[in-house]
Amino acid sequence: MSEFKDKKIILEVKNLKKYFPVLGGVFSRPVAWVKAVDDVSFHIYEGETFSLVGESGSGKTTTGKTILKLHEPTSGHILFEGKDISNYSPSEMRPLRRDMQIIFQDPYGSLNPRLPVGEIIREPLAVHKIGTKKEQEERVVEIMKLVGLRPEYLHRYPHEFSGGQRQRIGIARAVVLNPKFIVADEPVSALDASIQAQVLNLLLELQQKLALTYLFIAHNLAVVRHVSDRIGVMYLGKLMEVADTKELFDNPLHPYTQALLSAIPIPDPDVKKERIILQGDIPSPINPPSGCPFRTRCMYAKDICAEKTPPLVDIGGGHYVACHFVKKGGKVEYSKS
Amino acid sequence: MEKEVLLEVKDLRTYFYTEDGVVRAVDGVSFTIHKGEVLGLVGESGCGKSVTSLSIMRLVDAPGKIVGGQIIFKGEDLLKKSEEEMRKIRGSEIAMIFQEPMTALNPVYTIGDQIMEAILTHQDVNEEEAKKQTIKLLDLVGIPDPKKRFNEYPHEMSGGMRQRAMIAMAISCNPDLLISDEATTALDVTIQAQILELMKDLQRKIGMAILFITHDLALVAEMTDSVAVTYTGKIVEYSDVRSIFKNPHHPYTYGLLESIPSLLSEKTKEPLPAIEGMVPSPYRMPKGCHFNPRCPFATDICRKEMPELKEVEPNHLVRCFHPVNVKEEVS
Repeated sequence: MSEFKDKKIILEVKNLKKYFPVLGGVFSRPVAWVKAVDDVSFHIYEGETFSLVGESGSGKTTTGKTILKLHEPTSGHILFEGKDISNYSPSEMRPLRRDMQIIFQDPYGSLNPRLPVGEIIREPLAVHKIGTKKEQEERVVEIMKLVGLRPEYLHRYPHEFSGGQRQRIGIARAVVLNPKFIVADEPVSALDASIQAQVLNLLLELQQKLALTYLFIAHNLAVVRHVSDRIGVMYLGKLMEVADTKELFDNPLHPYTQALLSAIPIPDPDVKKERIILQGDIPSPINPPSGCPFRTRCMYAKDICAEKTPPLVDIGGGHYVACHFVKKGGKVEYSKS
Repeated sequence: MEKEVLLEVKDLRTYFYTEDGVVRAVDGVSFTIHKGEVLGLVGESGCGKSVTSLSIMRLVDAPGKIVGGQIIFKGEDLLKKSEEEMRKIRGSEIAMIFQEPMTALNPVYTIGDQIMEAILTHQDVNEEEAKKQTIKLLDLVGIPDPKKRFNEYPHEMSGGMRQRAMIAMAISCNPDLLISDEATTALDVTIQAQILELMKDLQRKIGMAILFITHDLALVAEMTDSVAVTYTGKIVEYSDVRSIFKNPHHPYTYGLLESIPSLLSEKTKEPLPAIEGMVPSPYRMPKGCHFNPRCPFATDICRKEMPELKEVEPNHLVRCFHPVNVKEEVS
């Protein structure tokens, strides 16, 4: 059972779809669609870290960006604190941006190289016209201290900082408006091992101090396990399994989750894992397989998997699985085909 | 029984002469790889692990230069070979695979043609035989439908398939040593598992040795027999894989192992024991031990002198004045 059972839902995503056109021909008309996010539904409780994991092309980043309306959803609903924001215009979104922020993977590409760090962090306050300039500057110093940057560095430019410090600048900019909800898109993937732990610790500390809710997007499952309360596993634009962190790692039920978890290398030479080696590659999201998107690599696949897309169903205790052969109560009926 | 030594790197120094000063990318590195052994070279960015591999291949370009040391491969010093002799060794006796397969594959030739070319360059066979061998290799590295794939261009393949094609090319001449430089870093975890499995399998079948370069300690634990941990161009700890993970003595190795989240750790959502600070700039190396500003055990001597790489236990070398002893801490 989730400790968040009685908690408030801060964000709800219902049947979200985001298709990107593949343009072709003389008139640059859409000739095909990339189904980056294809009918995804989940919710996030206030104060928790909900993670989306999956391999490249799974749609996890597109989901995060669509929730923030950095992409227009193709269809479906996004409810933030009960309000359906899926059809909000950019100007309607603007006040909400104070509450919903994003941290990017690339601390190099996401900071304006021509602005000193103080200005980069102050910019959101200026855009939202919060306080006088002097108050804003005080707030910047306060935030820099909070994220572990020395306020003396106020006038330095992004290139003068290391990767870890730049990620701290990105985090400072995201939290300066005191948001409620942050999408953290691969926030530590580009960092060296010894720096990763520092930034993960900072994210955990800020979550407690500022009562933040995170949507954490990552491919490193050991990192995800460390920070998350609940996890959703994506594959080719669809959610395959959602569960509490412990439940997912102790009792993965979807064949894809099982293979994914078994592929994680373990930093202990004495542990020899029985590994499920998947055959083949992830299919193209332009032309995904019919029915269950994982069926082409699934060792349990049967005829029904090509015919019908399995719905994501609650098998009990907040554990959701999208597989024809996983029944209520976690009863598993798959057998090798 | 002592195994036959394949490669011995002795006091290798590769420096880069830049406008801002001299960068000692590899600064006195020594290690030994035996026949069929997998040695892990692990470290963070800037520790000199890739420059070490390029030095072995003699592929260091200006402003970089190998300024000292010996690279003894099968009894002969590669640093004394002519460019012509090196060209024969590269690809046939020592092969290399990279993180980004497109750095090794030519986009305008088909996969098959490129592997065939490698075989024709280094082996005395005719085209028909080379083609046969190529198709066999594509099959060996797990590329489905190898006859059809022979005629595909690199851009027509997925990342995992390109990595396989590059491995096929690398092993086409049965090298004695394969250098793998972050070869699975860019791959998805399920594809990475496939490629690692393939490398292990080939290593057993062909009996080649592997210099496995990575930043990922978990991969080191899975793949290697022995491990050299590098920091700022120097080896700080060197032993067999079990000793490194079970009984690390250098505070840097110990700190790294403690700080990475692992599927085995029981505490989640709690602060990780992180190493403070960051890797120093190559232009402003601290005096004494390069790790001293980040080291919780540093004393005066660490700030003054660079410690030697010394044996603290049989076959376990550590560059530290105050080695950590995990076994003692536990009891």
